[in-house]
Amino acid sequence: MSTLFSIVIDGVAYGMVLFTISVGLSVTMGLMRIVNLAHGGFALLGGAFTHWAMTGLGLPFLAAAPLAIAMVMLLSLPMERLLYRPIYKMGELQQVLATIGITFLIIASVNWWLGSTLQSIQLPAFMSGAVNLGLRTLPTQRVYVIIAGLLVICGLYILIERTRFGIKLRAAVDFPGTAACLGIDTSKIFLITFALGAGLAALGGILGAEILPIEAYYPLRYMVLFLTVVAVGGMGSITGSFLAALGLGILDTATRYLLPDFGTVFFYFAMILVLGIRPNGLLGKSLS
Amino acid sequence: MSHTLKTALGVIALIALAAVGYFGLADNLAFMTQVVIMMIFVLSLDYVLGYAGISTLGHAAMFGTGAYAAAIFATSVSSDPILGILAGAVAGGAIALLSGFVLMRAHGLTLLMLSIAVTEVLHELANKYSGITGGADGLSFTPGPILGRFEFDFAGHIAYIYSVCLLLLVFIKLRVLTASPFGLAARGIRESQARMRAIGTPVYWRMLLIYTFGGAFAGVAGALSAQTTALVSLSVYDFQLSAGAVLMLILGGTGQLWGAILGTMVYMTVHQIASSVDPFNWLFIIGAMVLIVVYLVPNGLMALPALLLRWRRK
Repeated sequence: MSTLFSIVIDGVAYGMVLFTISVGLSVTMGLMRIVNLAHGGFALLGGAFTHWAMTGLGLPFLAAAPLAIAMVMLLSLPMERLLYRPIYKMGELQQVLATIGITFLIIASVNWWLGSTLQSIQLPAFMSGAVNLGLRTLPTQRVYVIIAGLLVICGLYILIERTRFGIKLRAAVDFPGTAACLGIDTSKIFLITFALGAGLAALGGILGAEILPIEAYYPLRYMVLFLTVVAVGGMGSITGSFLAALGLGILDTATRYLLPDFGTVFFYFAMILVLGIRPNGLLGKSLS
Repeated sequence: MSHTLKTALGVIALIALAAVGYFGLADNLAFMTQVVIMMIFVLSLDYVLGYAGISTLGHAAMFGTGAYAAAIFATSVSSDPILGILAGAVAGGAIALLSGFVLMRAHGLTLLMLSIAVTEVLHELANKYSGITGGADGLSFTPGPILGRFEFDFAGHIAYIYSVCLLLLVFIKLRVLTASPFGLAARGIRESQARMRAIGTPVYWRMLLIYTFGGAFAGVAGALSAQTTALVSLSVYDFQLSAGAVLMLILGGTGQLWGAILGTMVYMTVHQIASSVDPFNWLFIIGAMVLIVVYLVPNGLMALPALLLRWRRK
């Protein structure tokens, strides 16, 4: 019973982190139809900037984290214009090559700047420790992660379903050509979405630092993990990403608790199974 | 120029290149053997990805299985290296066939992810069944003499010559295979699956066969890698190996075999030099090189002469 409880809490927290990092990737990949292997780089940068702001500038966590997210979003704007724009029209393989190149540059930059050691993020007192629910105690950090994840999905829902920007974004995802004809500035939508996705990845990187430790090779180490969430959820689908992240997070946590010998076998088996039955992911639309 | 003549010239060029490497860089034979093995691996990828257009980031699945097959074959059946290579080819082909049943139904991101997943599952299984594979410690073995005569020597002369011979064989085999009607069908599938289906090609089964052949060649590379280092470790299933091969192939240019050779040579040489000059920041060099190639010559280094020519004419 207590194991089950831990699995659910840890699994859901892990799923929220996966979701926060991957959702931006899913939307940009659905929007721009590109294969982007460099997305984990933004999560790494979020964590690295936070570490730097806390140790270098002496800021408290609650100031350092928003600053880091803002920095990542600011950085992502010129990156989209200079590095990503030229590859939208290229083939899938060129996109793989280019975004691996970008990943290498991010890794090399962080490695050069902060070294290859673990970049720890010291949580403030109210977020560390354990919280007593009466029935049992659980790590406070997990609770905050889950709350943050829920806030992210609520915020995204309102943004996509209830705002003018959301309408334009949905139009651009579904029919980019028609949307452009109707006077929607799709290239601006791309840019804003890209920056939002980068910011969310940074948030996920910071929140998940206890589960996916921040170090220079982070984008390469977890590249497959984030792409899996996107592929299983379906490119461009926010709800799909949420279901996939939650499902995969709980599955992976459960196997780590119950069948530690098998490592990630079940995680990948689940992916093969889902993609074998639904090639476009759980809620993905056919691209052809 | 006829196809056979071109192939013959290609073989001569490869031999000349190998000879230059052998006499010019004799201190680095182990590294150059690695380059030659990687060339075989990237050639096998070119056949699958460049000719048939099957995008994969999981080609290491066949490389790794070939490597383990060769090692297990050597310890339990026969230590003859040639037979070991055949075992590697059969194992690589078998894994490609088995996984291909599912993989060849997918395309785009789904195909990329499925190919990664197959490799990761094999990686975990190899780790789990350490009784057979040696797990994290790896599996070391002693390959016998080649053709019963040539023992692998400590300096790596035999390993290098042996690898070059296999590279030549794979190169010739792929030249023949890609020029055959079967090879033309592969290119047709890459260009338009719908049209190939319309003229009566069973696209799915063709792709499955191509993937199996490509897997067999990748198995050869894996088996060769196992024999020349006398060791197989879990790293044969690394995602980095698959991604690196794709990188080298696109860097050189896809669908022409020479792109695979050139890309591997350039990437591994730059990698080797950059990582020995600056072991901490070499990724800057690799990343920059990759981006420059993508933005300036998106079709790979093989397209560079034509591109330069066009610039001069302008």
